Amino acid sequence: MIGITAHGAYIPRARLNKKAMAEANAWFDAGLNSLAKGERSICNWDEDTVTMAVEAATDCLSALDKKSLSTLYMASTTFPFLDRQNSVVVSEALNLDRNLRSMDIGASQRSATSALISLLEANSRGTAMLVASEHRRTKAGSRSEMLWGDAAAAIAIGTENIIAEFLGAETLSEDFVDHYRGEDSSFDYGWEERWIRDEGFMKTLPKVVSDVLKNASVNAADVKHFILPTEQARTPAALAKKLGINAEAIIDNQISIVGVAGAAQSILLLAKALENAAPGDLILVTGFGQGCDAILLRATELVSSIKPKLGVSGAIARRREDTNYNRFMSFNNLVEKDIGKRGEADKQTFLSGYNRRKDLLTAFLGGKCRECGTVQIPRDKYCVNPECNKLESQDDYPFADKNGRVATWTADRLTFDWNPPAYFGMVEFEGGGKLMMDFTEIAEGTIDSGSKISVHFRIKQFDTQRGFRKYFWKASIE
Amino acid sequence: MASGIKDKVVILGMGCSKFGERWESSPADLMVEAFEECIEDAGIERNQIEAAWFGAGIDAFNVGASAMPLAIALRLNYIPVTKVENMCATGTEAFRGAVYAVASGACDIALALGVEKLKDTGYGGLPQRSRGVENDMYWPNLSAPGAFAQLASGYRAKHKVNKDDLKRAMAHVSVKSHANGVKNPKAHLQREITEEQALNAPYIAEPIGLFDCCGVSDGSACAIVTTPEIAKSLGKENLVSVKALQLAVSNGTESSHESWDGSYLKTTRIAAQRAYDEAGVKNPKKEITMTEVHDCFSITELVTMEDLQLAEEGKAVKDVLDGTFDADGSNPCQIDGGLKCFGHPIGASGLRMIYENYLQFQGRAGSRQLSDPKLGLNHNLGGFPHQNICSISVIGPYN
Repeated sequence: MIGITAHGAYIPRARLNKKAMAEANAWFDAGLNSLAKGERSICNWDEDTVTMAVEAATDCLSALDKKSLSTLYMASTTFPFLDRQNSVVVSEALNLDRNLRSMDIGASQRSATSALISLLEANSRGTAMLVASEHRRTKAGSRSEMLWGDAAAAIAIGTENIIAEFLGAETLSEDFVDHYRGEDSSFDYGWEERWIRDEGFMKTLPKVVSDVLKNASVNAADVKHFILPTEQARTPAALAKKLGINAEAIIDNQISIVGVAGAAQSILLLAKALENAAPGDLILVTGFGQGCDAILLRATELVSSIKPKLGVSGAIARRREDTNYNRFMSFNNLVEKDIGKRGEADKQTFLSGYNRRKDLLTAFLGGKCRECGTVQIPRDKYCVNPECNKLESQDDYPFADKNGRVATWTADRLTFDWNPPAYFGMVEFEGGGKLMMDFTEIAEGTIDSGSKISVHFRIKQFDTQRGFRKYFWKASIE
Repeated sequence: MASGIKDKVVILGMGCSKFGERWESSPADLMVEAFEECIEDAGIERNQIEAAWFGAGIDAFNVGASAMPLAIALRLNYIPVTKVENMCATGTEAFRGAVYAVASGACDIALALGVEKLKDTGYGGLPQRSRGVENDMYWPNLSAPGAFAQLASGYRAKHKVNKDDLKRAMAHVSVKSHANGVKNPKAHLQREITEEQALNAPYIAEPIGLFDCCGVSDGSACAIVTTPEIAKSLGKENLVSVKALQLAVSNGTESSHESWDGSYLKTTRIAAQRAYDEAGVKNPKKEITMTEVHDCFSITELVTMEDLQLAEEGKAVKDVLDGTFDADGSNPCQIDGGLKCFGHPIGASGLRMIYENYLQFQGRAGSRQLSDPKLGLNHNLGGFPHQNICSISVIGPYN
């Protein structure tokens, strides 16, 4: 038997108020006011699909033995790198084994469901993880901007401790071009919604769903959780009705809470369904894009007991309201902003130097001295303990899972930061070790010496001249 | 056992350019300005200088690499010239090279000159620059005020000081230095400020506000040193000698080991004790009668008073507010305006401090002349509280 063994989620904390978005653009398109309900998640300037994937995967690993992982797939249509395997960056940030099988899967809104089918049918050794992550750029004042959100989710697939058993999958491949994004474009170009609904969703999905249900000898009415990722508000209900699935089974697309997270939406909603599923519940996951996928799962007895630390509900709850539409535009490069002279400094990453210190920069490993037990980061040739100073006495010591406290800090308004002031300071970790590091997600007045922190993989700097970005770990107030 | 530097070397002459936004002056212009005053004061010919040490902190925006810019600017006679760079300790480092050369007997007369041309960078504040290939990949992109603001939060946490009390003491530090700067015609900033202005200025890096920051200036300072015997043979009187020269450089303990809590400067404490031992100072509060310390930010000066043993640990806020370090206090600090108002052309600062000692001990400090200065301590900090270079010189009348 194969199936889902764990799940996890990440949603950026910042939620942009849709009324503020509509107010900024209604002068041009008054129709946006009709979409101005609730909020959507937005990446901070230092988040992308890689950093969100690390967070979602970490959440998933909170209910899973990291050592069991043999495969990591990452699905997205918004990878930060077109040629540098993004899933490997994620795997190194998670400090996974180097003999991992990894792959990036993209180019379609159903990339994640296709990857999931592939993993469920592969019967490979060990546990596989699929992490789906999406951060789509949208044009200012577009409907997409109002309807989409940024998020990531992770699902583990294995043969032991299964929380949802795989019952079957079907796929239809068809070049139905409801939208596309060409190689030279940052934005989608789409066709009329009603046509997409009538000729796309309503025609392709019923056949595939019927097949998967029939092959598993399952009645549509018995499906308890029906996942159809779409920003079309009424289409899931219309399809459920046509298929004979109860309306209560529809998993809400969270348009006014998070926004539709593109290629990550199916996995995010699957994680949400698993959070609430009772043993025996049937879960139907679909993905739409150049055809469609349908996957049928049945929750096991373990579904109620194996839960991630955060999960979708936890990620939704961990929010901070944002009403600054201008800042959102700036973070997403929708305006050419005057970043000042300090922002102009060359940010080239010297790749040979980077490669040497990946243990620190990506995996966030420090050292623990075998002689005196002193924990230190970065790990250096000599132990830092003045009473020891032994040469090459340190073993790898992970910091990514450690909490700590703020020893010293400031809010720097002189240095360049995409979201000033720049918060940084000395962090002291539980169990030892300290580091002067950047903070992120700090709200004014919430930080002082003694504040409790956790650490997160984030973008450190953009090298806009050469299209590169550096990642490192930052501290956030818990 | 080494006997130390005390009284082995004296200052033959000194010079210092006007500090400030010297838009009209090149680095060479500033060097010449300081050097002309210095060599006239020394009363020697240029060809009598046998070796030189040249300090400049930030190459990329400044004079360029190597010792050649000094040799060319001053038309030195193909003598050995050494370029030194040790962040804000650079000026003292240049002085140390020249003093050690004379003390060793390798030469009779040596020159130390520091210069910095910061106002060609286009930045308000210090320019943005690399901290090295590896450091740039994980260090916060910290500004100097951001780095020293850490000291304020560390000090506050350690000594349970109220935020407002600390800020008020910081304001007092700056108000005092501005009052002193008014009396110094070479100072960059020559106007008084009020405590209210300092308290209400916008934050640069919390809790450091605009008036908690020192001037970013162009300038140069210069010293010619020799042995007491040669100085006497040249007819010099009222000799001023070097009593101690110490340097302590962080080895990573502060930044990576729990033994340091961020509330003080470990290097300053170490260098100060070594300097006191070298100079034979037993009671700094009584014996050190003037200090020029690295007040890059007001909080640095406040904490430094404790690190130099001029205030009890945790008591600097009270002592500062009581006026202990004011011009008329028991331990006047920054009588020339300090980095705060004299200005801070990085490579020149350590030498500028010694220049003020030299003038005070020779009774040539004009309206800011102290009544009976006995020993002067000069202190520089290069880098950040968690990783830095501390240089200390003790200067006084030659006995």
